[in-house]
Amino acid sequence: MKTINQLTIILLAGVSMSLYQCKPKGPVDATVGDAASKVYVAPGKYDEFYNIVSGGFNGQIGVYGIPSGRLFRIIPVFSTSPESGYGFSEETKPMLNTSHGQVPWDDLHHIALSTTKGEHDGRWIFANGNNTPRVARVGFKSFRTEEILEIPNSGGNHSSPFITENTEYVIAGTRFSIPMGSKDVPISSYKENFKGSISFIKVDPQSGRMSIAFQLRTPGFNFDLSRAGKGPSHGWFFFSCYNTEQAYTLLEVNASQKDKDFIMAVNWKKAEEYLAQGKARVEKVKYAHNVYDEKTHSATTTMGTEVNVLDIEELSDLVYFIPCPKSPHGCDVDPTGEYIVGSGKLAAVMPVFSFSKMQNAIANKEFEGDFNGIPVIKYEAALHGEVKKPGLGPLHTEFDEKGNAYTSFFVSSEIVKWNVKTLEILDRVPTYYSIGHLSVPGGPTAKPHGKYVIAYNKITKDRYLPTGPELTQSAQLYDISGDKMKLLLDFPTTGEPHYAEAIPASMISPNSIKIYKIEENANPYAAKGEGQARVERKGNDVHVYMTAIRSHLTPDNIEGVKVGDQVYFHVTNLEQDWDVPHGFAIKGATNAEILIMPGETQTLKFEPKEVGVVPFYCTDFCSALHQEMSGYLRVSPAGSKTPLKFSTGETEGQPAAGN
Amino acid sequence: MKKLILIIGVALLAACAPDKAKQESAGSENSQEESSATNAVAENTDPAKGIGQVTTVTLNTPLEQERIPRGKAIYEMKCQACHKLNDQRVVGPGWAGVTKNRKPEWIMNMVTNTEMMLDKDPEAQKLLELCLTRMPNQNVSIGDARDILEFMRKNDGEN
Repeated sequence: MKTINQLTIILLAGVSMSLYQCKPKGPVDATVGDAASKVYVAPGKYDEFYNIVSGGFNGQIGVYGIPSGRLFRIIPVFSTSPESGYGFSEETKPMLNTSHGQVPWDDLHHIALSTTKGEHDGRWIFANGNNTPRVARVGFKSFRTEEILEIPNSGGNHSSPFITENTEYVIAGTRFSIPMGSKDVPISSYKENFKGSISFIKVDPQSGRMSIAFQLRTPGFNFDLSRAGKGPSHGWFFFSCYNTEQAYTLLEVNASQKDKDFIMAVNWKKAEEYLAQGKARVEKVKYAHNVYDEKTHSATTTMGTEVNVLDIEELSDLVYFIPCPKSPHGCDVDPTGEYIVGSGKLAAVMPVFSFSKMQNAIANKEFEGDFNGIPVIKYEAALHGEVKKPGLGPLHTEFDEKGNAYTSFFVSSEIVKWNVKTLEILDRVPTYYSIGHLSVPGGPTAKPHGKYVIAYNKITKDRYLPTGPELTQSAQLYDISGDKMKLLLDFPTTGEPHYAEAIPASMISPNSIKIYKIEENANPYAAKGEGQARVERKGNDVHVYMTAIRSHLTPDNIEGVKVGDQVYFHVTNLEQDWDVPHGFAIKGATNAEILIMPGETQTLKFEPKEVGVVPFYCTDFCSALHQEMSGYLRVSPAGSKTPLKFSTGETEGQPAAGN
Repeated sequence: MKKLILIIGVALLAACAPDKAKQESAGSENSQEESSATNAVAENTDPAKGIGQVTTVTLNTPLEQERIPRGKAIYEMKCQACHKLNDQRVVGPGWAGVTKNRKPEWIMNMVTNTEMMLDKDPEAQKLLELCLTRMPNQNVSIGDARDILEFMRKNDGEN
């Protein structure tokens, strides 16, 4: 269940108890009088923030409005979408290619919005695929997945896709350590053979294109979450590690033995130096890199074969460990870049580390020892202080613009507000129920926008009308503009949200594109005008160059197709007006439909298996005569002599209307 | 001028909305005015010229030859699916004779300011009643519309 597999049965029992203890008498008891007016967005008005929400096990991203909680769009990323044809159309199939073949699903946990100088810049959304390790980039102009990069040498891409201050790098840290290079070894040889891997993915500042710059080879731990330094700590990256016990079975017990695991501090500027000095070894790997071209409306896959590896056990001054109590989960850096908050899932205190103290400790060699040769800094030497008795099961921390931190507590089901400098607890509010991640607009950046905190809860129970055993996942919006946090709204979400970010709508909405210009359509199968609509046979492949405009498809009568043919419907939407997509579906197609945006070309493959006449039609209600937007494909027996013929508006014995 | 644009922008919004009173009260700080405001222009004093940015068009004889193939290419890409070059109506009216029956300004405004023409211009509304399909905004620039006009003149037999 959910992210927190490691919690013991005892803790879970505690959850169910606390559910009932924390629960107010009625669902509205916890809200305040003017909550409704604070989340009411009148018809036709816009929300103040976009909330970009990971979809967890649905492999997609949800786009919501804040403060209304309204769902605007679901962006398919790692999962196919029969609704749009993503992953089914010939153009988008390559997006889901991996070294294992097409993997049509993934578990999308975390979001990272691109930043410049540590502040939101509104260019891209990055997201991780946790299961078959991948990182995706979604464009903020089109709200579409533009690129997916597979991560080699990773056993599960959880510690990802966190980014550096100027989006120089996107991070992909492995959740599970594995034997590198597909080795056949006993699982019990974990300590000897299993290694961790952290990929630094370079991002081209203009195009956003990703490439793996180098990987760090680490001892065999589990990497959980991470954050880049910023301001004074720019150039460093911090990772939470658990299972430093190096257990390989019953992790919930065996990976929870030590009092302290580690936060791993990486000096990535040093890594760049080592790379430039040729200190990396080149390893043979295999990974897919899929890029969607918005001019050809098509994706292509290239296979990568090599990666640069820097071994942190062999290179000095590159990595340091900081002890952190009990299986740290969140590892969050405050807006100033000075403080690093560790959240030990099973710990009674929350340590806040100081970047400047850590630097002094390194300079003065205040180490308590080493792990496989990597210095372990003395806990007290790096510690700013501890938040005492914060709550049970701390997971994640976000920040506002006033020097406050907001930490989610899964076990005690609450958000706790505290002051980063004084470590004083200022306020706490219950969540319904068992919060996982949380989001303050701009919360992970150098310049938080503040105003709200949103809780993404793991357990829904009785918050909404019941829908059988499976329930929507509940999010909750709190006003943080005053001293006390105030619950404003519950809103349902799709999939199972993990991390999310929120960004002011004013940074995004003016750049949102409305159409694809038909003049710029470079899809090789485009029919840019009805005069180019046609049908061509090449062996058993039949290519239908079809146009769609309100309210007809051209051609709409096609004959001469035979059983055993592969028919490609290349449909170009000739519309040039906002919000006039057309759809295309054909009876018996074993894949999906396609939705074609104005000016775009998309291709649906159809393999006729039986003789007959097969209707096809537009699936997106487009006009008063939408029901008329349809046609017929005649399928003749294999080997028959039916001539290839296509038309629109022609009736037997008469020329086409208007010709 | 800015104020004028805003007023026309709001009017535009109201024009395409089913419930005018509600929409007018909506104009929030971050509403969708700017998208329509690009079409906002002073109206022609001569109603036969239609509504839109185009107030005067100078026609030359002989035809401006370089415009004709450009206009034809745009026609084939963006217009041909609905408009034939003879006088037969398919989705929209055939183009034969259009330059004799309409002022050049009206034609260019219809092509570039389609939504407002369909909502406000009596002649455009008559055509909508006849065809029952709203002509789509095909995102045609003023320059492209002028090329299309020259192609229409050629289609109507001018040289």
